[in-house]
Amino acid sequence: MGITTILFWFLSALALLSAIMVLASKNPIHSILWLIAVFFAISGHYILLNAQFLAIVNLIVYAGAIMVLFLFVIMLMNLNSHTEPQKNIWMKLAGVISGGILFTILISVIRSSADMVNRTAQLKEGNIGLINTLGKVLFSDYVIPFEISSVLFLSAMVGAVVIGKKN
Amino acid sequence: MPIQYYIALAACLFCIGIIGVLTRRNAIIIFMCIELMLNATNLLLVAFSKMYHGPAFAADATSTAGIDGQLFVFFIMVVAAAEVSVGLAIIVMMYRNVHSVDINFLNRLKN
Repeated sequence: MGITTILFWFLSALALLSAIMVLASKNPIHSILWLIAVFFAISGHYILLNAQFLAIVNLIVYAGAIMVLFLFVIMLMNLNSHTEPQKNIWMKLAGVISGGILFTILISVIRSSADMVNRTAQLKEGNIGLINTLGKVLFSDYVIPFEISSVLFLSAMVGAVVIGKKN
Repeated sequence: MPIQYYIALAACLFCIGIIGVLTRRNAIIIFMCIELMLNATNLLLVAFSKMYHGPAFAADATSTAGIDGQLFVFFIMVVAAAEVSVGLAIIVMMYRNVHSVDINFLNRLKN
């Protein structure tokens, strides 16, 4: 059992545990902190797959920017576990059962798919995750989607300002 | 690492996100669960990209097979960032009007 196998299982367990704690914690701020732990675990997976650019972008954009935005909004609204509305227990049970059924179906599909048998994901080598290779493809083949996404950002910024404006 | 482990991990994270959307009533937590589902998809895309890169890398060390998956992840992150900024603005607007983030107050389209 090599170091990469141990790291894979450790990061998977960390991601799953933190994802469950996102749902289980009553305080929204604790939920956000556990979600940041999920993002760190997923970034660890990216590094293990040698996708270093995506690992850094995941940390900067998700854990850095988006989660700080969530934290600011929750702290501005002054939400805590006392004001958290609760669904009744039967609705929660129905949600958990339907999610579990979907999970069972997905797992059984994965186990019975002949295409995926004996395929492995390449770990810790390969150079497509490096910023040098990604940047060359991004600015040659994908330059039009890249420019369109900048327009998307501009419209999202204007939209957020217009929606958030007091009138 | 077998690709099935990555698919199972991503499916598990995705289902946890779905359970969160179905069981919580706080709009911000529901939003966070959607982010969790997007991240499960991203992880799966990167794993598939490395799955296709493996045999090509063994044949030719300068091959860029499978790089499209990682660029898709990059664009998903871009769209998620834009979505979060607009969505949080909508939630703040809703909080300003009804002084709550309970999604059960958002049933005005029902009647």
